[in-house]
Formats: sequence, C-alpha cells, structure tokens
Amino acid sequence: MADNIFKVEIITPDRVFYTGEATMIEFNTVEGEIGVYANHIPLTTVLAPGIVTITNGDEIKEAAVHAGFAEILGDKVTLLAEIAEWPDEIDEQRAKRARDRAQERLAAKDTDVDLARAEFALRKALVRIEIKQ
Amino acid sequence: MASMRDIKRRKSSITSTQQITKAMKLVSTVKLQKAKTHAEQANPYFNYMFRTVSSMLGKTGSLDHPYLRGGESDRKAVIVITSNRGLAGGYNSNVVKLITQGDLPREQLDIYAVGNKGREGLAHRGYSIVKDLPELIEAPDYDEAAALTREVLGAYSRGEVGEIYLAYTHFKNTVVHEPKLIRLLPVEIDGAEETETDNVLMNYEPNEEEALDLIIPKYVTSMLYGALVEAVASENGARMQAMDSATSNAEEMISDLSLKYNRARQGSITQELTEIIAGASAIS
Repeated sequence: MADNIFKVEIITPDRVFYTGEATMIEFNTVEGEIGVYANHIPLTTVLAPGIVTITNGDEIKEAAVHAGFAEILGDKVTLLAEIAEWPDEIDEQRAKRARDRAQERLAAKDTDVDLARAEFALRKALVRIEIKQ
Repeated sequence: MASMRDIKRRKSSITSTQQITKAMKLVSTVKLQKAKTHAEQANPYFNYMFRTVSSMLGKTGSLDHPYLRGGESDRKAVIVITSNRGLAGGYNSNVVKLITQGDLPREQLDIYAVGNKGREGLAHRGYSIVKDLPELIEAPDYDEAAALTREVLGAYSRGEVGEIYLAYTHFKNTVVHEPKLIRLLPVEIDGAEETETDNVLMNYEPNEEEALDLIIPKYVTSMLYGALVEAVASENGARMQAMDSATSNAEEMISDLSLKYNRARQGSITQELTEIIAGASAIS
C-alpha cells in the first residue's frame, strides 16, 4: 500500500494551498483531463480551469483550480496554480453573476472586448458553479 | 550664546518632529509585519516556479524559442519598482542609482515605472517613461501583475523591445534589503543550481515549445509579483529603520539642547544675582 502513496502540493502565489498525500489525483490540463497514480512518468503540463480531485484511500477532496501548471514526478505531484479555492470559499452568487457577465461579453462580440479573457472568465465561473453542486 | 527662549522654541519643535517620526516608525513596523508575512507566504511559489523554469531550460538548452533568444531590437524594457512616498532612507534612490549607474545606456531604455519616486527620479534624469503605475505598489495584486506582464510581453513579441529587466529591492531580512537588477527575458539561467529533477527525463504536454509559450508568461508574472511583495516589505523595513534613526537623532538633539537650556538658565540667574548684589552694595 505504501508504494501507492505519493505527495501532493498545491501552491498559489498567496499561500501553500495544500500539502498532503494521495493515492490518486485527477485534474484538467489543456490537453484534457488526466488522472495520476504513484510512479507516473515525469511530466510537466499546463493546467486548464477545472476541478482537482485528490483521493487518499477513502478520503476525497475537491478544489477548483484555474490556470497554472503541474509537475509530476514519480513520488510527488506539484501544482503551481494561479488561483485555487476550496468549495466552501466560493461565493456561488458571485460566480453566477460572473458567468452571466462573461456570456454577455462573448455574445456582444465587441472588438474592444478581449475575447480570450472573457472566455477564460466564463470557464472560471463555470468551474466554480460546478464544484458547488 | 542663544537666549533661553530660542533654545526652548527649538527644543519644542524637535520634540514634535520626534513624535511624528516615532509614530511613523510604529506604523511602518506594523506594515512591515504584514508585508513580511505576505512575502513569506508567496515565497514557495516563486522558488518552485524559478526551479522548474531553470531546470526546464537547463535541459532544453538547444531549443530555439523567441523567449530564450532575445529580440532583435536594441531597446530594453525596465520595470522599476519603487515606493510612492519618501522618508524611507536610501530605499528609492538606491533603486534609481542602480539604473543610472548601471551598464544600460540611457537612450535604449523604456521605463515601466511602478511607484512615483522612481518615476520622478528617472524622468528628471531624462529617461523615457512609457508607463506609470503608482497604484500597483499600494496593494500588489496577482491579476494586475499579470496585466503589466501582458503589456511588456506584448512589446517584446512585437519586437519593440529586445530585453526585459526588472529593478527592485530584494528583502533579505528585516534589516538587510538590497537593490537588484535582474534580466527577465531572454531568461537567464544560472545553471549552477542542481535540482532533484536534474537526472529525470521530463516529458512535456503539450510539446516543449508550447509548454514554454504558456509557462514563460507565468514565470515573468510570478517574478514580477514576487518582486512587488518583496519591495513592499523592503519599503516598510527601510522606512522603519530611517524613522528609528531619526527618532534617536532627535533624542540626542533634545538632550543636547536641554543641557544648553539649563546652562543658559543658570547663567541668567547668576547674572541677575550679581546685578542685585551689585545694586544693593551701591546703595549701602
């Protein structure tokens, strides 16, 4: 059993968000969702907004992570996230408002609106709403 | 010899100055504590970011990527981080000196000024200020740092500038702060540092070039944000020291003036007595 456990660190610019052990971690990358067990091949990949699920035996933790990158080594996974939040830190109403605002901006298709940013804001809001449910 | 009244006036003026410097010292001590905690919390992220990027570039040395090669333009962007307010000893002038006395030729520099003092100092010496962001230093925020990064990187990728530098004050500990000028792009690799991942064959997803494309802007943002929080801590540390020595200088001056005042008082009493005695003996 001990072989299957690896270390997980989630670090954001403002704090060390999470350190602990896990048997599996799942998260979203720009290439799609991946799940990592111990002794994964070394991999550096870029995160996409999504939910990180940390499984340690029967214990499951979820957090919303937006942008950043992950470094996977055999016995350690480090997520450098620009923003990371636990579900209870998220204000659902605010996320919904942000979603509506982002959708409006995208629908308006104004040239002076930064479309990439609006899309990113929309994805962030959707992840926040999803993890709340 | 100055009159008693002059000395008294001088003393009370210094006393009120001392009260101000003492209060400023207390305020900056509290602010320093806050800024220091903030800087310490932010530290793991930057250390990790720096390690990852250096080990990544160390292994992919042959990669021909615009972020590693440097632009063709000979103009250089310099992000200068200073404070908005003075009374912090040599804090601001040290950063300005770093640029004016450095090896970078004045005509080639585009200054992105964060903080009023640095902007004033450099504009006065004829540097070209392209951007002025005084509010960024008041409350460093990751999103705003990212916005500035986007702008500077935009100029870099359009070929307007060939190199990007960052000038700030590194917060070593509460009493030691050193001004630093580092090159952000093209990325400088010290190489000497051995990391635990050095002998691992790392895979990248998407491929190395695309990963670099995405990671380097984050690296620049995090360096910038790290510099901002350290600069805030350094500013308050520098101000605390400056105000501490101002307070003790005032203390010294006050005790000096007290001595002079007492002497003057004694002198005037002696003189009065002599006059009275002389007057009395003249009558009898």
